[in-house]
Amino acid sequence: MADPITPVLTKRWLSPNSWQIATYEALEGYTAVRKALAGTPEQLVQLVKDSGLRGRGGAGFPAGIKWSFMPPNEDKPHYLVINADEGEPGTCKDIPLMMADPHSLIEGCIIASYAMRSHHCFIYVRGEALHCIRRLNAAVREAEKAGYLGENILGSGFDLKITVHAGAGAYICGEETALLDSLEGRRGQPRLKPPFPAAAGLYAAPTTVNNVETIASAPFIVNGGSSWFREMGREKSPGPKIYSISGHVELPGQYECPLGTTLRELLDMAGGMKDGIPLKFWTPGGSSTPMFTVEHLDVPLDFEGAAEAGSMLGTTAVQVFNETVSVPWAVMKWTQFYEHESCGKCTPCREGTYWLAQILERMVDGHGTEEDIDTLLDVCDNILGRSFCALGDGAVSPIQSGIKYFREEFLALCESTKRELVGAQA
Amino acid sequence: MTQAPEEVLFDAEIVSKAADLIGRYPESRSALLPLLHLVQSVQGYVSQEGISFCARQLDLSDAEVSAVATFYTMYKRKPCGEHLVSVCTNTLCAAMGGDAIYKKLQTHLGSEEKPLGHNETAGTPNEPGSITLEHAECLAACDLAPVIQVNYEYYDNQTEEKAVALVDALQAGKKPAPTRGAPLSSFKAAELQLAGFFPDDEIQYRKDVDGPSQAVETLRGAKIAQDRGWVAPVAKDVPLPEVEKK
Repeated sequence: MADPITPVLTKRWLSPNSWQIATYEALEGYTAVRKALAGTPEQLVQLVKDSGLRGRGGAGFPAGIKWSFMPPNEDKPHYLVINADEGEPGTCKDIPLMMADPHSLIEGCIIASYAMRSHHCFIYVRGEALHCIRRLNAAVREAEKAGYLGENILGSGFDLKITVHAGAGAYICGEETALLDSLEGRRGQPRLKPPFPAAAGLYAAPTTVNNVETIASAPFIVNGGSSWFREMGREKSPGPKIYSISGHVELPGQYECPLGTTLRELLDMAGGMKDGIPLKFWTPGGSSTPMFTVEHLDVPLDFEGAAEAGSMLGTTAVQVFNETVSVPWAVMKWTQFYEHESCGKCTPCREGTYWLAQILERMVDGHGTEEDIDTLLDVCDNILGRSFCALGDGAVSPIQSGIKYFREEFLALCESTKRELVGAQA
Repeated sequence: MTQAPEEVLFDAEIVSKAADLIGRYPESRSALLPLLHLVQSVQGYVSQEGISFCARQLDLSDAEVSAVATFYTMYKRKPCGEHLVSVCTNTLCAAMGGDAIYKKLQTHLGSEEKPLGHNETAGTPNEPGSITLEHAECLAACDLAPVIQVNYEYYDNQTEEKAVALVDALQAGKKPAPTRGAPLSSFKAAELQLAGFFPDDEIQYRKDVDGPSQAVETLRGAKIAQDRGWVAPVAKDVPLPEVEKK
């Protein structure tokens, strides 16, 4: 059994100047890249497949399999694009990682690029994360100077350039195909798949888009091997994962634990509920993952565990809300977010989120009717699975789960209008 | 011959920076987002002239650039103040006090009768001490809620009192240090960095990069593990797996 907290990605964070190359190299940094470049791309893809590493951006797709989709030939340039557009409400793991240990991401980029025969890697960072952009640029500069980037890296004959690219404020660009459109200098709108990015991605060339935490894991897997990685976490969801605990807990923060850790265990580490006020609802992995309640304290938080309990692991953004928070209000706030961030490409999402927000605003304002609850669910049915990307699906999660677990709170909002109706009849 | 308005606004240095940005990408249009940050660093917003400038650099139409500029919230369509104050009012920050902070700043920077609206400016844009206020979507600092950003530097764990003191200081021409980020400069200076240009002066460059980031919350799990002696399993150096040669 692994320890409750397993610092791998976070192990250098306590070191002074952890973001500088000197610190990184003193703490095993850039050892994995030597080992990787001495092997073959096929060996690296096999290693990542064996490790069972699953995408840390929310979907949990096996990283090694994704890498293996890249064509073996180089008829067109290959691209690795890092999704550092962290914006899912509640999610705050990649930004601290890039600030604290940017070189782990850079080293991961070199390894992954070599494995996928890419010679140009882009790190698409959310524009609001200026300090990360600065740290990444400095890390790229240091790595270039040290010979880890550029031409003929460490005498291997492998060339790689990394470009740090700032976004401009659009949640949708966290969706991989919207991100690619944005990186091409367009409005960030999702593409219809297939073709998948491995066939036609950036500039219609073979492209893999991976999350920051996924790629930052690569150097550790190269050094430790797949069996070591599997000593943490569960069979189908191995490895450590950064759980970001926020909200009404005594000690919010970043906790890197083996996958499958439960909220009960996380709360115990995080000092319990703030001021002892009881838990009411929480998200396992951001606002797009259906909410959980006190019933779900012992659900193992890995990809299977969260799904079996009716939600999704998402980004392990554990947002904790106590009894003082109104569920319909929280759902309204999240819905306003999705309405604002819907890119407008697909009608169900664009129109649906617009009307959902208005209905919820009216209900929270005390002018709702019981029929509104059915309308909300009906609109949700007409959004779910009916758009190009998952933004619309995410938008319905808080509403459907909120009504499922807290219907009486939505009903209570309609009490006043009910009385008015009774009065009108009298 | 009179110069086109954008030639007066965007001098030779900006033209050369634009060329530098375009050179960083395999296809020129990829430089559009950085270019829009660049024109914003000159004017404090994306003006019609800024749109034309980007269009000319990339051989696009003004309409194509406008379509992009209006899609992203960080491109401002009205001149911004010296500082941009963004208050997170997404659900978690809002529940932790973000909504109250935003309301307080609206009336504090405006008045009870006429609170300052979203993306409105207190003071005269481009003049020292002027502040543009906005409510922002999740700023990815939920463990430090409620958060505010000034020119995209983090001011974490805010309260109404702290937020008022912060904007008062900004209006008085002071530059309070962020809890995470580089020493505070201005919205325009931040936009230049977002475009991809960092200080040439090495001391200033390091000062920016080395600005604080190690918040208690960020390090919390690592610290608890250290205190309790919890570690990841020990990794042994194992060779890469053997695979059949293709």
